[in-house]
Amino acid sequence: MSDDVILKVRDVYRTYDISGGLFRKASQLTAVKGVSLDVERGTTLAVVGESGCGKSTLARMLSMIDAQSSGSIEIDGLPIDISRTGISKEMRQKVQIVFQNPYGSLNPRQKIGHVLEEPLLLNTDMSAAERRDLALQMLEKVGLQPEHYGRYPHMFSGGQRQRIAIARAIMMKPKLLVLDEPVSALDLSVQAQILNLLADLQEEMNLTYVFISHDLSVVRYIADKVMVMYFGEVVEYGTRDEVFENPQHDYTKTLFAATPKADVESIRKRLAAKAA
Amino acid sequence: MPLLEIRNLKVEFDTAKGPFKALDGVDYSVDSGEVLAIVGESGSGKSVAMLAMMGLLPDSATITADKMAFEGLDLRTLSATARRKVIGKEISMIFQEPIASLNPCFTVGFQLGESLKTHMGLKGGKAKDRVIELLTAVGIPDPEGRLNAFPHQMSGGQCQRVMIAMAIACSPKLLIADEPTTALDVTIQKQILDLLVQLQQDSGMGLIMITHDMGVVAETADRVIVQYQGRKMEEADVLSLFENPQNAYTKALLSALPENATGDRLPTVSDFAEAGGF
Repeated sequence: MSDDVILKVRDVYRTYDISGGLFRKASQLTAVKGVSLDVERGTTLAVVGESGCGKSTLARMLSMIDAQSSGSIEIDGLPIDISRTGISKEMRQKVQIVFQNPYGSLNPRQKIGHVLEEPLLLNTDMSAAERRDLALQMLEKVGLQPEHYGRYPHMFSGGQRQRIAIARAIMMKPKLLVLDEPVSALDLSVQAQILNLLADLQEEMNLTYVFISHDLSVVRYIADKVMVMYFGEVVEYGTRDEVFENPQHDYTKTLFAATPKADVESIRKRLAAKAA
Repeated sequence: MPLLEIRNLKVEFDTAKGPFKALDGVDYSVDSGEVLAIVGESGSGKSVAMLAMMGLLPDSATITADKMAFEGLDLRTLSATARRKVIGKEISMIFQEPIASLNPCFTVGFQLGESLKTHMGLKGGKAKDRVIELLTAVGIPDPEGRLNAFPHQMSGGQCQRVMIAMAIACSPKLLIADEPTTALDVTIQKQILDLLVQLQQDSGMGLIMITHDMGVVAETADRVIVQYQGRKMEEADVLSLFENPQNAYTKALLSALPENATGDRLPTVSDFAEAGGF
């Protein structure tokens, strides 16, 4: 199991050019500074950090939306460097992404059936009937009904829309799924449903997840390995238990200290401190 | 006498499909020096109640209540002008999106000065001194230099600090914070919550926290109201709510917290609803 590494990232950098103006010189911003990681098949890597730490930039590189400036990314044995080689259909099938905002990531004028069929239309030679069958199967798999096929995104709740976004992402049967804050915009109870769905799909399809989040309680629940990023650098990387039980870096410790504690002991302690 | 007392509040919205009940007979009361958390999911009516009390709902809303009193003053019969004297001065509110709540065209100093001028009649040098004092109180570094900064030049956390400064500018007796930290990072959230609680303790004002985050409730509240689909499910002090929740929905909500997960799957609210909980 341990040698079955599906995602291998070595020393990846991403710099953006900031264009100059009348009063400002052109400069460069390095959003990701030398990230290296390995993810084994069927496991979940959680990437944690505050806004601006480069975690979404990393997600964009892994899902081939953006090219890395330097360093190597290898997914399921296939080297990825889209700035030089472009994207082949084979590469596209390996990775899919689910975004944070289920309201913004679906086209309001596209029926759900078409949303799900579009990746097949673009990447395969299936007939319309085959595509339709697969889309209906997928709806059932993510806990929706066949009658949802002909409906539009506005007719769904936030949780249902996130199910649709997940269904679209796994239509191509990817090996790796990048989840960029998939439950941050959802209510607590809906969040639990989506996390359960992700766990079921992972087991069923042997999916590998890169799960980007700022919510440590979710990360603790879902992750096998945890990576903490701070200003583009990896400050902590290890198994979930190592990171949560024995954080090494100051930033990780600050992060843990800042996370609200909802257990009875902490509440009792707070009330006692207040009464004093 | 409680600071704010609302009895049997009902809010209905006229929609194309007929009236929609957003709130169905809920009671609220807050004392001075108390932190009340109203917690619920989207659509539970947690924000609507406070907006109704402040008269901020659109015309399509029909508001009825048996009692709606702030320090004994009946808010139901108040004229718009009389209401404005109370709102913004005695009762003030902080919203979720700090950057959207500030006007991008004016400096932070100007916007803070505006509320001082309107409610307290402070102008010129006196107003400026008070603005600097407020910015210092909410922990903005270099407050004097920040007077001429525009909202886009500040981070989300700093903008929320400015919003808090604006809300406490007239030393209100009641502060309502509607999801004040939802848009912020965890580390910044901690700072803002600490700041709110500290200001509340120093001034002895009443504080209402509207939130969907059980963690925020656990970290700030004295008393908690749990709402679901426009009805009150449970009201209890914070410790008994977490230790021994009575209502099935509260139990469902607490067990859906990932940190309370026992076993492989998270229980969801619908599991409880199917079991006939509520």
